[in-house]
Amino acid sequence: MPRRNKHDAAVGNAGISRRNLLRGSAAAIGLAAGSGAIRGFPTIWAQNIKNVRLRQFGTGVSNINEIAAKAKEDLGITIEMAALDSDAVVQRAITQPRSFDVIDCEYWMLPKIVPSGNLQPMDTRKIKLFDEIVPIFTKGEIAPGKKVGTQGTAPIKVAYLTGPDSTQFAKEPTEWFTLVPTIYNADTLGIRPDIVGKIDSWKELLNPKFKGKASILNISSIGIMDAAMVCEAMGEVKYGDKGNMTREEIDKTIKILIEAKKAGQFRAFWKTFDESVNLMTSGEVVIQSMWSPAVAAVRAKGVPCEYVPLKEGYRAWAGGLGLSRALTGLERDAAYEYINWYLSGWVGAFLNRQGYYSAVLSTAKKFMTEDEWGFWMEGKPAKGEIKDPFGRVMEKPGAVRDGGSFEQRMGAVACWNAVMDENRYMVQKWNEFIAA
Amino acid sequence: MQPDLAAERNPGWPHGRLGLHLLSMRVGRSRVAAAAPYLQVAPLAAVLGVFLVFPIALIAVVSFWDYTEYALIPDFTFRNYWELFSSVVTYKTYLSTLRFAAITWAVTLVVGFTVAYFLAFHVRTLKWQMTLFLVCTIPFWTSNIIRMISWIPFLGRNGILNSTLIAMGVIREPLEFLLFSEFSTVLAYVHLYALFMVVPIFNSMMRIDRSLIEAAVDCGASGWRVVREVVLPLSKPGIAIGSIFVVTLVMGDFVTVRLMSGGQSTSVGLMMANQLAYLQYPAAAANAIVLLAVVLLIVAAMMRIVDIRKEL
Repeated sequence: MPRRNKHDAAVGNAGISRRNLLRGSAAAIGLAAGSGAIRGFPTIWAQNIKNVRLRQFGTGVSNINEIAAKAKEDLGITIEMAALDSDAVVQRAITQPRSFDVIDCEYWMLPKIVPSGNLQPMDTRKIKLFDEIVPIFTKGEIAPGKKVGTQGTAPIKVAYLTGPDSTQFAKEPTEWFTLVPTIYNADTLGIRPDIVGKIDSWKELLNPKFKGKASILNISSIGIMDAAMVCEAMGEVKYGDKGNMTREEIDKTIKILIEAKKAGQFRAFWKTFDESVNLMTSGEVVIQSMWSPAVAAVRAKGVPCEYVPLKEGYRAWAGGLGLSRALTGLERDAAYEYINWYLSGWVGAFLNRQGYYSAVLSTAKKFMTEDEWGFWMEGKPAKGEIKDPFGRVMEKPGAVRDGGSFEQRMGAVACWNAVMDENRYMVQKWNEFIAA
Repeated sequence: MQPDLAAERNPGWPHGRLGLHLLSMRVGRSRVAAAAPYLQVAPLAAVLGVFLVFPIALIAVVSFWDYTEYALIPDFTFRNYWELFSSVVTYKTYLSTLRFAAITWAVTLVVGFTVAYFLAFHVRTLKWQMTLFLVCTIPFWTSNIIRMISWIPFLGRNGILNSTLIAMGVIREPLEFLLFSEFSTVLAYVHLYALFMVVPIFNSMMRIDRSLIEAAVDCGASGWRVVREVVLPLSKPGIAIGSIFVVTLVMGDFVTVRLMSGGQSTSVGLMMANQLAYLQYPAAAANAIVLLAVVLLIVAAMMRIVDIRKEL
């Protein structure tokens, strides 16, 4: 079935005449607009895009059905979400460009995906809140003049393309954007504070004190960077750029990892979110690389877990929404409308409440309570219970977010998830470590 | 069969007009007769061709392609094989996979033979034999992933086994080797695949003529000797079939080894899964061809020891 007929066909299937449906939905939109249910964003295309379906796949936000449901409610667009692991996202973006309209991927994947030409550069003029996006993504700084984590695939390095048909990253801001950021965060080590005690450095991961109780994530591109943070903190290796190591740096890092593995430092390696949660809650592991929601999940099971701020800084990552090259016409308009809606606040608040950060903070703030904003973004003690978007209690009154405020956490980013020039060599060496 | 029979009923050359008529019929019929076996094997051949030969041929072709981070490049290069054979990791991985296969094979053989022997010779009535046999299959009612990961809370540092042993005062510190180790990996393999050994061996043993055993006993053979010289040789086809199952399953595994070793061990299958994850399809294809060759060699070796077709 040709894609542009999808919405017609859907009407036909339902056995309702198109005219009746349009009349009905126009009335509904009028009612919604009149009652103030639609706020802040104009709905110029609302009637046309009413029945558009957009196929989105990816790692992060594609997991969140609430966002798709809310988009349906606010815009009428149906977002069909498919969640994949990060390797599969890269694979599919490169090998099956016609299988998606909107991609939800991470910035470090862009040096792999963009050369394939399967992404459509986004016109920044069509992004209404473009100037409001956190400057980490548009200027590479967290505050005017304050650069943030330049090592690795920093979003600013891959944020702009040189032209509307380009597959070349631009060094200076242009009008052509690769991804509109959605979710990002600063990662660090997760520990069991009741067993580990106080630590302040990445080097503790290989501290013999935690022999047989440590873990590192077995996704080579991220694991190697955690390992690099550790090796640098130990003073064993000096890196030019942890996100783009030389062969010699890779060799040294892997050597240290293999020695630690042979000495029995690691209990296990994990690859998926729930594996990391289970390792921590079951007491198999007390110190490991971790992701922020995994820490929350461990705590939710009543097991103490701290996402400990370390003096060497954080390893950050960021994801965003991009458009398929094949997207045109009405669907493209709908996709831009969806992305604009995305930045308009509701989604931002939803993501911030999970401990991630959203792209446009000013709009998200309007959808959060003062207490929530204070806890998640400003590092203030919670006044009341802090709940996640699904209503589960995350923190008790008085709790303070690990690592503090947005500026403290994102300001202390040391490097970004990356794909190295020597990626192939690195993967090969990483496999040697796993097989050792 | 019909055309064949007709042809045999009229072996000589027919004469006259009628004969000519018959001759033309005969030619028509014998063409059908010649084509019949081919027509009969055609469906199976087509299925095997489309779903087995073609994909493997495709894998073989792709294994000679080149690739980059984001594209496959049709080519004819030995680079993938060269990289495979020149890497220490390959040999280590094959060695570790073969070791797992060998250990698992040995353990499942002992377990499988014992269970099958018990079912076939110690359980007297067919009704109980079948009942107990079905009991053996109960674990297969759940998915093998479930059966595998249920070991994790049981064997963990604070798992049921360790807590029980500590509570009983047998040990003071939890036994660390129980989980995320080679032990747990082999344990899971044995648990998952023992039945593949039991079934064919049981099947072979049920076909053994009981009078042979009687005869052996009458000739003064001890129980152990009967097992070694009568039951064991006659169970060989079952053992061979079970061995093929177990060895091929372990050689191709990538889930069990990852989950049960906590990602600390590797296998050939896992190596391929990793290559696929990094879009290195040609490298994975080369690896698949090599693994296929290795497994075929192992199976061929087993077939040389036991002629399954002759003994079935």
